[in-house]
Amino acid sequence: MPGHFEPLPGGGATVALDDVEISIIRSLAVQLLELIGPGPAEDAGGDPLAELFAEGPSEPPADPVLRRLFPDAYTDPEQEPADPAEAEERRAHSAEFRRYTENDLRAGKRENALAVIRTLDQLASSAEGGEAVLKLSPERSRQWLSALNDLRLAIGSRLEISDEEDTDPLYRLPDEDPRKPMVLAYLWLGGLQETLVSTLMP
Amino acid sequence: MAVVTSPAPVEIERTESAEETFAVPELDVPWITIVHNDPVNLMSYVTYVFQTYFGYSKDKATELMLDVHHKGRAVVSSGSREEMERDVQAMHGYGLWATLQQDRK
Repeated sequence: MPGHFEPLPGGGATVALDDVEISIIRSLAVQLLELIGPGPAEDAGGDPLAELFAEGPSEPPADPVLRRLFPDAYTDPEQEPADPAEAEERRAHSAEFRRYTENDLRAGKRENALAVIRTLDQLASSAEGGEAVLKLSPERSRQWLSALNDLRLAIGSRLEISDEEDTDPLYRLPDEDPRKPMVLAYLWLGGLQETLVSTLMP
Repeated sequence: MAVVTSPAPVEIERTESAEETFAVPELDVPWITIVHNDPVNLMSYVTYVFQTYFGYSKDKATELMLDVHHKGRAVVSSGSREEMERDVQAMHGYGLWATLQQDRK
């Protein structure tokens, strides 16, 4: 069954992927990597010490995908305070939180996306007859799990899925709809993630 | 609660009743981490994160996940502001939508 992770004896997970599937995941992971990129204030010129003390951005990202990946920490999406002074205070706290966490969060997400790309590149070079069996260690499985989730969040954001009702019409799109390939990828990645989680369940 | 140091011992008339009228200092009000519902994160994945990160049992993690799913939000942890910032950062790392606030009831 395509797009279906199974547990490996002794830990880890395995899935069979063909050339097309490998290139789809790879290309999505590369796009995510490019989107996350170095943060606005993260460019420390390769000086490790400067990087360590570099402050992250204080404003939420303009791109909706990045805003979803790095949300405001102090702004309750459902309960905007009625008192403007309190709303302002929360914005200030969110900005401060962002300054000292967003660079690390970006780095973590980049690392996971890179791990996906690297394992796929090793796999592609060993693939014969267009199909390969991917085997992930438990550590790699966790990186894949996070990266698959980030990819689905990114696609979900691009497809403007913001509540449960948004998904039903997407599943019934006619074949000629330009969003159709993205929706299929979204569903397929969901299946991959769902089966990968089940191999990792404590 | 500020601590005032004086250069020399000063006799202060302490009035107990006046101290009791002080409001509860903000420091004593615990902070909470709230996870919000979103239509993309899988129910199994959210349960997995609650079990893995917080060390909750499968039952407790599932209950919290269902609260997020049905009520739109769930309080997943409480403690000091620093601890809650750590939890929120971890949730963002996992891709969950989390915020922190003081638990004013």
